[in-house]
This record gives sequence, structure tokens and C-alpha cells, in this order.
Amino acid sequence: MSRPGAGRVPLPLAVPAALAVAFLVLPLVGLLVRAPWSSLGEQLTAPGVGQALRLSLLSATAATAVSLVLGVPLAWVLARSRIRGRTVLRALVTVPLVLPPVVGGVALFLVLGRQGIVGSWLEDAFGITVPFTTAAVVVAQTFVAMPFLVVSVEGALRAADARFEDVAATLGADRWTTFRRVTLPLVAPGVAAGAVLCWARALGEFGATITFAGNFPGTTQTMPTAVYLALQSEPEAAVVLSLVLLAVSLATLLLLRDRWLGRATP
Amino acid sequence: MRVARLLTGAVLAVALTSCGAADGSEDAAEGPSGTLTVFAAASLTDVFTELGDRLEQDNPGLDIRFNFAGSSALATQIVQGAPADLFASANPQQMAVVTDAGLEAGEPVVFTENVLEIAVPAGNPGGVTGLADFADPDLVLSVCAAAVPCGAAAAEVFEAAGITPVPDTEEEDVRAGLTKVQLGEVDAALVYASDVRSAGPDVEGIPFPEAEQAINEYPLCVLEDAPNPAAAQAFADLVLSDEGRAALADAGFRPSS
Repeated sequence: MSRPGAGRVPLPLAVPAALAVAFLVLPLVGLLVRAPWSSLGEQLTAPGVGQALRLSLLSATAATAVSLVLGVPLAWVLARSRIRGRTVLRALVTVPLVLPPVVGGVALFLVLGRQGIVGSWLEDAFGITVPFTTAAVVVAQTFVAMPFLVVSVEGALRAADARFEDVAATLGADRWTTFRRVTLPLVAPGVAAGAVLCWARALGEFGATITFAGNFPGTTQTMPTAVYLALQSEPEAAVVLSLVLLAVSLATLLLLRDRWLGRATP
Repeated sequence: MRVARLLTGAVLAVALTSCGAADGSEDAAEGPSGTLTVFAAASLTDVFTELGDRLEQDNPGLDIRFNFAGSSALATQIVQGAPADLFASANPQQMAVVTDAGLEAGEPVVFTENVLEIAVPAGNPGGVTGLADFADPDLVLSVCAAAVPCGAAAAEVFEAAGITPVPDTEEEDVRAGLTKVQLGEVDAALVYASDVRSAGPDVEGIPFPEAEQAINEYPLCVLEDAPNPAAAQAFADLVLSDEGRAALADAGFRPSS
């Protein structure tokens, strides 16, 4: 089956690809080289590191859960329904992909803040204030990360063979049953890939979080915020924190790739 | 960094040549020209922009570019080789980061001072009266993180006053705290007097006596590797002149003692 030269990379592709690898990997090498290995243990056990890491992992996971519950149905609507204005709707819900996250944070204030459209009502009716709480961290991360999941799942839905759904319909299944029993298993790898992307984006989220949720150790200080602040006074600590974040996300991505995303490559 | 420096040099060379070709060499020799890059603390944004405009008007061949950010971020950028002509820091500690690396062209000069003030949204919805309110858990409060200059100053005044603050957020720079006041999302934030002045009618300032415990001195210096040292000196002279002092006073800064 194999053609002569199959698997060989043509030079016009090999050179830019190698440059891309160097560009993406060298900064990480820089982090590793400059890391203060001798004082690593001391830096890692510094108060606040474990706290920030725990909060980051929890909030990113919560943001991914919310994104799955709301984002998968939205992706289905965008890919399968015939409602009018679908194109506009798709453009609107993917705006956070291009919006500077800090602007997203301010926008969240205008809606969920004390003076916000929904936030002032929440405070009056239930005494709930969202900003500067751990919930605000999840809200900010969800706002920024959910579009990654939606785009990914919508792509998977479009690529999936719709004839399976048609068959299910002719066998008498209603649309909800079809979605649950046929569509969802069909696009499961796409959903998993979207969830991983979404989780990684939430884990690295900085701008919207520090704006809308603020920065307080234990309640709203996530790893990226801790890194940014450490950079102001002790660059070494910032490098250590970055390494921790890097190790955690690499481990998670590798683990998930083996478990669920292995099918992407034959 | 080297590329950026080369580019700046090239721009400068082109600017100088074109200037000389157009007006004869006298003008070029008289006033500063070319591109001047000023790295200045975020709190200086308004007043330095205004002073820069004036210097540009007096020297048509001059193009001033500002990089306003937290002093610590600027100090890091300069130490990492950013092509700056002049550095104005919001405290001596961050200036020391630059001078410890031996990057100053001359002794830094303190040109102004700033004290902390309590910023509250217009109408003071939280009923804040003084520094003691920062220990009230029912209020939504913002202070700067200890790593940035305004946070270090805040820690000093709280310690001097014997108050244990209960902030809801520790901001990464002083303007971020001010923004939250402007949006009405916090009841009070500890910022600089100059920030309150720049915020306009949305923000009210409450001075407090304990602020005298942590007076922030602003030093500036021309940098050793300045691509345009003549223009940098001209800007420093303007800041230190009576005109510069008046502009700083208008912006809520205090004259250096």
C-alpha cells in the first residue's frame, strides 16, 4: 500500500514546521533552564501556591462542567436546528473568542455586578452578590472558555453522518431520544476534545478573572494571577508557579489524549 | 530586543536626516528631535502625556512614545533590555531594580510625591469615613497587592494605624482598583490622591491623616543605553521645571520635599 516516499516531509513544509516547533517549544525550554531548581522545594511549599493551584483546578473543572451542560445543547442548535438568524447567533456566541478578556471582565460587571442589569436584581431579591467570589472566577472562566467547546462540538456535529439520525427518526425515536442515544455517542470524541480545550483555556484564564473576580488568596486567586503578581516582586517564584501550571496541564492533556482522543490519529 | 533597538536607531537616523534636509542643520542642533521613549509609572499617565504634548509642540522634530504600566513591570522590561530613554518610577524600590543593574546614566532624581487617598464611588454609597472602615467586613473593599508600590504603601499605613484590613480583592495595579470604584463595584479602594483627581466626577476622594506614614517618592532617571539621551534630558528638565511642577500639582501630586 505504501507509496515510495510516503511519510517523507517535503522540504517547503519541513522547514516552516520545524521553525514553528522551535517557536512554540523554546520558551518552555527557557522556563526549564531558568527555573531555580535548588530552591524549588522551598518555593513550591510557599503559602498560597497549593491554595492557588487547588482553586485553579476546581474552578477550571467547574467552568468546563457548566460549559458542557450549556454549550453542547447550544452547539446542537447551531449545527442542526433551522431557526432563523443562526449565523448571527453563531457570531454572537463566539465573540468571547476575540474579545480581550479584560473587556469581558468589565462586561460581566455591567451584567452581574452590583450595579449590573441582572446583578442588582440578584442582590435586591436574594442578597446574592457575584463579583469577588469563587463563583465569579467560574463565571469569568466559563465566559471565556465556553466558545471553544461550542465551536469544537459544532464542528463534530457537522462532520457526523446525519443519516444515523434519520434512521433513528424512521424507527420512531423523537429528536431528544435521537440526540441522547445516537448523536451524542457519535460526537463523543469531539465533545471530549472540546472539553479539554475549554478546560485548558479556563485554567490559563487571567484577564477576565482578575477584573471580575479580583484577586484574593484562597477565594479568587488562581495560578495565572499568582504568577502575574509574583512576577512583580520575585520573578523566580513566578517561574516556579508557571512550571507547576505547565506540568499540571501537560499531564492532564496527555492523560486525556490517551484515554479519549487517541482515535484522532490512526 | 536588539532588533527593536536597531529599528529605533534607524527611525532616529531617518528623522534626523529628514529634519536636517528640510530645515537646515541649525534647527536640528537646537532642540531635541527624533523618537523619545519614556517608561513611566501608570499613575503618571495623564500628566506625562500632557507634558509630552507640550514638548512635542515646542520641538516639531520630536516624537515621544510612552509606555505606561506598573513600575515593577517597567523595571523588569528595562532590565530585560527594552529600548527606553527615561524611566520614571512610582517608588524608589523599583528604581533600585534598574540602578542595581547599572542601567542609569545619572543619579535618579525625586521629582514628586504621592500619598494614598480613599476613593469611593460618587455619593459614597458605603458611607465610608476613614481608614478604619477598611476593617468592616460588610463593605466591599479593594487594596493593592503587596507586590506593587501602592500595596506596599497601603500595608505601611495600615500597620501605622493598627488596622487589620479585610479587603475583598488585592489589585494588581492601582488603576485596576480605581476602575472598580468607577464601576461602583467596590465601596472603597485605597489609591493615590492623583488617581482620584484623574478619575473625574464618578469618584470622590477621602484624604486621611495616616497617609502621611507612607509618602511615595517618584524618582526619574535617564538610562545608560538611551537611544536618544538629549531628548530624554529635555523631558527630565521639563518635568523638574516650574512648569512641570505646576502640571504635577494640578494632577494631584505633591511637590517633593
